[in-house]
Amino acid sequence: MNQFLAIVIDGIIYSSWLFIIAVGLTLIYGVMKILNVAHGSLYALGAYAATAFGGYWLAQGHPPMGSYGMLVLAAVFVGLIAGPLIERGLLRLVYGKEEVVLVLVTYAVFLILEDLTKLAFGVDPLSIPEPYGLLGSFEVGELMYPTYSLVLVVLSLLVAVGLALILNRTRQGKILQAVIHDREMSAAMGINVGRVYLVTFTVGVMLAALGGALTAPTISVQPGIAAEVIVLAFAVVVIGGLGSLGGAALGAVIVGMVRAWAVHKWPEVELFSVYAVMALVLIVRPQGLFAAPEARKI
Amino acid sequence: MNQTVSIQKRPPAQGTDRTTIVLLAALVVLLVAGPLLPRWAMFMLNVSLSWGTVVLGMLLLMRTGLVSFGQGLYYCLGAYAAGALHHFYGIADIMVMLLASLALAAAVAAVLGLLLAKYRSIFFAMLSLAFSMILFGLLVKTSALGSTDGFGLSAKTLAGITLGERWERYALFATTVVVAFCAAFGVHRYLSSHQGRLAGAIRDNELRVEYMGASVRRVIHVNYVIAASLAGIGGGLVGISIGHVDPEMAFWTTSGEFVFIAILSGTGSVLAPFLGATIFESVRSFAYEYSPNTWQLILGVTMLLVIMFLPGGLWSVFTRRKAA
Repeated sequence: MNQFLAIVIDGIIYSSWLFIIAVGLTLIYGVMKILNVAHGSLYALGAYAATAFGGYWLAQGHPPMGSYGMLVLAAVFVGLIAGPLIERGLLRLVYGKEEVVLVLVTYAVFLILEDLTKLAFGVDPLSIPEPYGLLGSFEVGELMYPTYSLVLVVLSLLVAVGLALILNRTRQGKILQAVIHDREMSAAMGINVGRVYLVTFTVGVMLAALGGALTAPTISVQPGIAAEVIVLAFAVVVIGGLGSLGGAALGAVIVGMVRAWAVHKWPEVELFSVYAVMALVLIVRPQGLFAAPEARKI
Repeated sequence: MNQTVSIQKRPPAQGTDRTTIVLLAALVVLLVAGPLLPRWAMFMLNVSLSWGTVVLGMLLLMRTGLVSFGQGLYYCLGAYAAGALHHFYGIADIMVMLLASLALAAAVAAVLGLLLAKYRSIFFAMLSLAFSMILFGLLVKTSALGSTDGFGLSAKTLAGITLGERWERYALFATTVVVAFCAAFGVHRYLSSHQGRLAGAIRDNELRVEYMGASVRRVIHVNYVIAASLAGIGGGLVGISIGHVDPEMAFWTTSGEFVFIAILSGTGSVLAPFLGATIFESVRSFAYEYSPNTWQLILGVTMLLVIMFLPGGLWSVFTRRKAA
């Protein structure tokens, strides 16, 4: 029983982390039909920026509670700089090419950002452990959990609910849905599609960076985290259905639970269980669990 | 969706076409010059030709309109097959090892190809990536195969003939040259065969290919198995020449490097992957030496430039000049 509880709680924590790192990817794909390989690097950039911002804040002797604000600020900063830069400077030039070519373009961006990050922050591991320890821990039965994980769970729920509300309840959200549904028709109706793309991409980048910034206190930030995260994010969004918000949530829960189960019950399969599920879903339902199948165009 | 259908003219029937002549010349030159090469150059060419063989498989897939982000799966399988023979059974014959690489890669591809032949575009890329990551995850946790460290291997004989210390390197080099030649020549002939020509047709418009009565899935399946076999042999060769195999070979970034070389080279000719791989390896050796933290930056920028300004890859520079 205790183990079951441990699996569920670990699963929930891991799922919410997965959702935060993957939701930006699915948002960008849903609107722009770009499978953004650079998502992982933007996550890494967010993590690095968090160590820099948080580190600066603490070094100045400001109250440590403020470091949480700095994490979020780091993500917003990365989003506002990298988002428009990549979208306006590069992606704008390749819209309309085949999806697979767009994957290659973002893969090139991934490679570039990998080294730019190394040049900017060095190759030694960095860390910002303070926000993690600051909140102490809480107990469930006999199990101890860091309160920071609880914050992560709440935040990812907020992100999910917030995005769903924006998409379905606001004018901007409706415009976004119109663009997703038919880009050309929306443009004909007077929607500034270029601006929608710019905003969407920037928000997607911000979410990636937020994932990184929130993860930074729990890991050692070093080269290589981008490559690990992006394949996990792929798995999550592919399982749920590319471009679907609910799909990303479902994918995150499935992957999170599967991994938590594997960690406790069958550690040997932990690493590949995620990809096994991904392959299985692709085999049975290639468009993912949530997205509707698309009619093949001739 | 606008689709451009490119009409390819069949090359005029020649006794031997230009590609074959270049291939034969390269074979002779490399075999003769081999013993004269310094050790480092021989090693670098060895790896380049092996990688070229892997990318040759990518070329075949890309001609069919498919980009795989999972060729690392077969590359790694090939290397581990060769390594396992040496590690567990003490077999150290280059021929036997390579046959094992080929057989394992082809067998796995024959099964997975049944599934993958239904997929296109990013779904093909994603599913092939998932399969290679499964292998990565398996190997990392398998302590009998050395987990993350992998294990070492070496080859001592060639087709039963024991090689002395002096000839070991050259024998491997010569084998690589011959394998690369056979692969390139074989794919070249295949691409001008009836079945091979369907590849381009599928990329242009697969529905019409079906209307014409050809089975798209069968063509894709066959091409996929060929590509995997080439990746397997390439992996075996690299494993033997480096003397070590590890799970990184199946990680998606390895597959990404194959994709990079394929894009850089272009799909214009079977010679292109070898040219691309040689450039890639030489630049990498120098970049690692002098500026290890800008290597990927160079790759990324090059890749963007090629995609934007040279969609046909480096090879299109040659063909464009010819047309002018």
